[in-house]
Amino acid sequence: MTANDQRDDRVARCRELLLPRYAPAAGVHPPLDTPAYQSSRLRAPGQPLVPLPQRLTEITGPLLGPERVTVADADLTAGHSGEPLGERIIVSGRVLDSDGRPVPDTLIEIWQANASGRYAHQVDDHPAPLDPNFTGAGRCVTDSLGRYQFVTIKPGAYPWRNHYNAWRPAHIHFSLFGRAFTQRLITQMYFPADPLFALDPIFNSIPDPQARSRLIAAFDIELTQPDWALGYNWDIVLRGRTATVFETDES
Amino acid sequence: MGQGLTPSQTVGPFLAIGLPWADGPFVVPPDTPGSIVIEGRVLDGAGQPVPDALVETWQADPDGRFDHPDDPRGPGLAVASFRGFGRSATDPDGNYRIVTFRPGPLPCPGGGTEAPHLDVSVFARGLLDRVVTRIYFPDEAEANGGDPVLTSIADPVRIATLIAIDEADGRFRFDIRLQGDGETVFFDV
Repeated sequence: MTANDQRDDRVARCRELLLPRYAPAAGVHPPLDTPAYQSSRLRAPGQPLVPLPQRLTEITGPLLGPERVTVADADLTAGHSGEPLGERIIVSGRVLDSDGRPVPDTLIEIWQANASGRYAHQVDDHPAPLDPNFTGAGRCVTDSLGRYQFVTIKPGAYPWRNHYNAWRPAHIHFSLFGRAFTQRLITQMYFPADPLFALDPIFNSIPDPQARSRLIAAFDIELTQPDWALGYNWDIVLRGRTATVFETDES
Repeated sequence: MGQGLTPSQTVGPFLAIGLPWADGPFVVPPDTPGSIVIEGRVLDGAGQPVPDALVETWQADPDGRFDHPDDPRGPGLAVASFRGFGRSATDPDGNYRIVTFRPGPLPCPGGGTEAPHLDVSVFARGLLDRVVTRIYFPDEAEANGGDPVLTSIADPVRIATLIAIDEADGRFRFDIRLQGDGETVFFDV
């Protein structure tokens, strides 16, 4: 086959390409331009976004799994010489798509402040103590039913410079891949009944109050382990995809 | 319209605790024959470097294939060590760097061909959701001229923001300007 023949062959096959299509996320995510969040002012793009049709690069994505994690990575209270201070918690839930299908074998990465509201990061100058027994990073892979579970410490609220007397509600950062570039998501999980919700421009950047509430974990007595740790349940929902029949002329 | 979806939130200033990987920038292992380097700076609306960003890339292999069940053509013949995915946190001067192979062109559903490209996600404090862009190559003028995404953009000045600069010896520069003069084209995917 010459290079041209190969190219013609590829063009011919491309006519048969039937790809899954991921549901739109319109109206769910915060607008990039949210002036109440000061850091967005010089970083949010000013030009309108250009529509990008979902083709091969968008409907595929990195399938990163067990090779990147160990079982110990899901326990943020372990791996140091002693136990971290604070309220031990279990955070567990499922990763689903918007059609209710579980998303199995997908990498989840989390990071958070310690119980005092201090991050183990040189840029964090909040005058609260660091904890030598807490770094605040964890990883796991969802099981065949899309389930995940972390053991950690409930993070503290902390002040930031967005406006006078600004405090972030306690949260854990979550990073998810799903199975396609279109499903990539980084977000934050919050805790129930936090009095700071109404005052936080990041939480309130999400326009729909119902969508906002989906970031709040639920206390779960079934998940709570007697004499050991409180349980919080939080499901994460990624964009679903329409059913697809693949056709290919390859043997 | 996105019913039940979990909304995005910013990565904040401390993503370095949880996201960088030692092998993140290496889509192929260091010093792989035929590999290229794509590097650049992430800049804000004042032209200042963004030192707390994360740049992620996703791309086809040199045969234009994806080792993924939803690529109906199946994986290509590229080396097994090709991950397709790159991740680089920016340094204090806003620099990121990815070591990879040049991707091949891609067929489009319904006909036509996409020019070789990488999809890019940028995360940072100040970005409440990721921003998505694409990296194209400067020595692919003919393929770029027929690319359905590039040709959907009317302004050649804006198209130019999506094309890397050849710095010779397999090095390409692709700066990402989040806002203002020379703002990079960002996509709604």
